[in-house]
Amino acid sequence: MANLRIGDRAIDFRLPATDGRTYSLADFQDKKVLVVIFSCNTCPYVRAWEDRMIAIQRDYADKGVQLVVINANDVRKQPGDSFEAMVQRAREKGFNFPYLRDETQEVARAYGAERTPEVFVFDAARRLVYHGKIDDNYEDEAQVKNHYLRRAIDAALEGRLPEVLETLPQGCTIKWKD
Amino acid sequence: MHIEFLYWEECPSHEEALARLREVLAEEGVKAEIEVRRIDTEEQAQAERFIGSPTIRINGVDIDPAAERQTFYSLTCRAYTRDDGRISPLPPVEMIRRAIHAALAQERA
Repeated sequence: MANLRIGDRAIDFRLPATDGRTYSLADFQDKKVLVVIFSCNTCPYVRAWEDRMIAIQRDYADKGVQLVVINANDVRKQPGDSFEAMVQRAREKGFNFPYLRDETQEVARAYGAERTPEVFVFDAARRLVYHGKIDDNYEDEAQVKNHYLRRAIDAALEGRLPEVLETLPQGCTIKWKD
Repeated sequence: MHIEFLYWEECPSHEEALARLREVLAEEGVKAEIEVRRIDTEEQAQAERFIGSPTIRINGVDIDPAAERQTFYSLTCRAYTRDDGRISPLPPVEMIRRAIHAALAQERA
């Protein structure tokens, strides 16, 4: 279970990104909605949902929504999640959001994230309004019935809570350091 | 036909993958025991040449021909590439079907 509950405030971080910058919550203070996604390069669930993450950022960028994607996987267990591999992945896929490296895993542990991908949506006051999965069909976007993340963003933009506040994150476990 | 199904508990796709394997075997009219083995440690992963969960081998051959090129064995979730290029944690139905057909053809030869 995540450490954050609905209504809890976002936990700050200071992490390097593949674009060469270092980001913290303050860098997104002008955004109406902040979406923090724990993710990685290697998990097939992430790769199945990855294009949808890019599409959501594209579709909501003009509305003041920002996705921030954090990779905390232990590189010894997943060499494909090295920072260099992250830079390459971000370039190949044309990530339109910051892709951050949580080398110490402190941020992932603070949030209580367990899976990749695992989504935390925060409203303008940076209160948690949704936690869980992106939608209900990783295999086939055309078969999605519940667009949890999109509906949570819509609700947050309208200043209300989404109908679904929490779903069970579906994906690979974060690879923790021993 | 000897079918092995190897999985790592922390990858949630294994139950659905096993059900899919059974479904395709039934559709193809193949009655074969599936040897289901759980991989729990990195040592087991190395010993079993386990490139990710779930892994399906028919008569010792991985259902994905591309698996032959992979030599990094670890407790990890496996990414399958579907015919349309999309990535999935589940082995595609057609990949399973092709592997069954190949094994049947080899057995008949």
